[in-house]
Amino acid sequence: MKRHMFALLPLVLFIVLVALFAAPLLRGTDPSKIESAMIGKPAPDFVLPGVLEHERPFEHADLLQQDFALVNFFASWCVPCQAEQPVLTRLAAEEGIVIYGINYKDNRADAVRWLEKHGNPFTATGYDNAGRVSIDWGVYGVPETYLVNRAGMILYRHVGPLTWHDYVTAIKPLLKRNGP
Amino acid sequence: MIAELGHFALTLALVLSLVQAVVPLLGAQRGRAAWMQVGRQAAWSLLGLCTIALLALIHAYALSDFSVRNVAENSHTMKPLLYKITGTWGNHEGSMLLWIWMLGLWGVLVAQATKLLPAAFQARVIAVQGMIAAGFLMFLLFTSNPFLRLDPAPAEGLGLNPVLQDLALALHPPLLYMGYVGFSVAFCFAIAALLEKKIDRRWATILRPWVLAAWAFLTGGIALGSIWAYYELGWGGFWFWDPVENAALMPWLAGTALLHSVAVLEKRDTLKNWTIFLAILTFSLSLLGTFLVRSGVLTSVHAFAVDPARGVFILVLLALATGGALFLYALRAPYIRGAKPFTPFSRETVLLLNNIFLFSAMATVFMGTLYPLFMSALQLGAVSVGTPYYMATLAPMLAPFALLMGAAPAIVWRAGNPHVTMRRLMLPALVTLALCLFLVLFAVPQKPLLWLALFAGGWILVTLGQDLARKTGGFKSFRYLPLSYYGMQLAHAGFALVIVGAATATQMTTEKILVMQTGDRISVAGYDIRLDGQHTGTGWNYNVDRVAFDIMPQDGGRAFRMMPEKRWYPVAARMTSEAALHLAGLDILYIVLGDNDGNSRNRWVVRIYHHPLIGFLFLGAGMIALGGLVSLGTRRARKPAEGVV
Repeated sequence: MKRHMFALLPLVLFIVLVALFAAPLLRGTDPSKIESAMIGKPAPDFVLPGVLEHERPFEHADLLQQDFALVNFFASWCVPCQAEQPVLTRLAAEEGIVIYGINYKDNRADAVRWLEKHGNPFTATGYDNAGRVSIDWGVYGVPETYLVNRAGMILYRHVGPLTWHDYVTAIKPLLKRNGP
Repeated sequence: MIAELGHFALTLALVLSLVQAVVPLLGAQRGRAAWMQVGRQAAWSLLGLCTIALLALIHAYALSDFSVRNVAENSHTMKPLLYKITGTWGNHEGSMLLWIWMLGLWGVLVAQATKLLPAAFQARVIAVQGMIAAGFLMFLLFTSNPFLRLDPAPAEGLGLNPVLQDLALALHPPLLYMGYVGFSVAFCFAIAALLEKKIDRRWATILRPWVLAAWAFLTGGIALGSIWAYYELGWGGFWFWDPVENAALMPWLAGTALLHSVAVLEKRDTLKNWTIFLAILTFSLSLLGTFLVRSGVLTSVHAFAVDPARGVFILVLLALATGGALFLYALRAPYIRGAKPFTPFSRETVLLLNNIFLFSAMATVFMGTLYPLFMSALQLGAVSVGTPYYMATLAPMLAPFALLMGAAPAIVWRAGNPHVTMRRLMLPALVTLALCLFLVLFAVPQKPLLWLALFAGGWILVTLGQDLARKTGGFKSFRYLPLSYYGMQLAHAGFALVIVGAATATQMTTEKILVMQTGDRISVAGYDIRLDGQHTGTGWNYNVDRVAFDIMPQDGGRAFRMMPEKRWYPVAARMTSEAALHLAGLDILYIVLGDNDGNSRNRWVVRIYHHPLIGFLFLGAGMIALGGLVSLGTRRARKPAEGVV
């Protein structure tokens, strides 16, 4: 009996895998939003050194300097982050949105080079090598983006690369509704 | 007309593959020699038809026949002939055709191995191969037909991604596919063994060279891909943990485990079910490799086919092949018995542990590659795990793995003697320790990953040298050892060099990024580098900015010039950067141009890397592949099941 159970194991595992594989294919890959436990809660307190050498530290108090701010978690080794960088650049340039970047589990030299290559739309950056601050925010992986208001409250969380469409449909209405 | 001929040949091939899948299987079931014989003839005809189809497509590419949609979408008259031809498999449809052609080739090789195989067993193997061929031919004909016409024919093609116009890359897919497809033989052997409920040492003896060949090809393919990424992508790295790279690494890890478990089965008549399972797994991962690249489920720099309909088709194929095989495994594996018991201290135990490590590494890479996919399947969004994950998970496995690798030759089959082993390993342990202490204290920076790799590599090389010395009577008589022994030693030494080279190149690297203009000087890793000037020219189908650097080694060596390029391909509207590489011993000096400063055409963002001992990495990878080929030359394969040393 034990032999039979053992021989069955690979098949069972395989079926589970196929189900997981098939799901996004059949549904059409749609990285949808997840409700974060952090939404509606104050952003965690933190201080992080800047990524660039001459940069000042990035801390919780910075979040309270403007009506809204986006906090983006990125890394040089993250491919989706490259795709999202032009969107962030455009948001900062055209919509005048203040964006902070937190560099997640990265090599500092790589991060600096990456920002040089793909553009730096961030008002300030934090270097979170250990990933501790990111854990406090509830980050799963990179990229992730959070919308924070002047009171330091997290209004919205986006998992995966942010697109212009996401901005228009999800973030912009929030800005209007919660606007000053 | 020739395209239609190719299309017709493929259709006929599909019919034949169905015959091949059914008739020999029935023949084996009922013991009819004539029906079994059909399988061999079908295999030959299948190869012939696939060859016609492949040649027809190559013909269309060589002559730039843009009335064929596939050619119009992927080729261009301005391409050099060589890249027109290699462009045949630089796209989804063509590469699948190549895949099937190779399947036909392996099928014929199996069909020719008549002297070695019992007729019924061979018939079953050929039938399973027919099933795989039928599946892929349907996939090709129904979702990715390379011979579809385009009316009216465009005057000019849409070109090929210029990044892909490269010799290493032209050879990379064929090698990789030879590996992927080669593992189908192991898969078919496993299915046939399950059908017959019988697997023995003879099975392993016959299968071993097939696994070796597939594995050597796959190793070569991965190495070429890595070399290509190193000099062409211009990121100064050789491995990016990109899903497509991982897709090739997973079958390699499983295939390496299979190679060792087949050896155990051959020598000790044990690990039977495990070997069957690994054979199924390795080929399934090869299919998954094809699936990941082709379906667009995981996006990456490499993926050039994004079409969910195809993805669903391959998913169904994969589910049928792997699911069917595992279903059969669940039914039949419990009845395969007679595996000899293990003693805890023996070569087979060491190899089993090696298998467990390789399997864990494979599972780790699998998780890392598919985790983003799971996340999106569970509607948790698309994320990336990247290098930190792989370093944190795989590096700790390296130490015990290397330890076992070095110790294995000092532990005999069946019942080893711990005291003898300890005594024999004492000297290499001391030598390695002394060597590494010296390096750590005086020669290399204090980085744990670097130490780990140096210890692991050093230990493997030292134990290997000791074993060679012992077996050749102090390096005197080399002739009496089988070629397979030298192949193994070569591959293991290559592995040691790969880890050392990878570690030194990443942990001791020097990098400089700066803006330079004519006359500027910089000193990097013992070289004085001066930007001498730039000139603009045209290549075959691109415009080029060449920037010349004069390099003067500070140790008084000869000065040399390096000329990285920035190419503009007008047809593809793409800019590529050609890095300049200078090989100095085993070190590489690497210069790549970034954008030129927006304000002035004469100011360049220049990235300069110095990668110490990276030559070990590429040399080692070559040695691993060569080791597989050398083992293949051994006479063992001709003399089944006579316990060779």
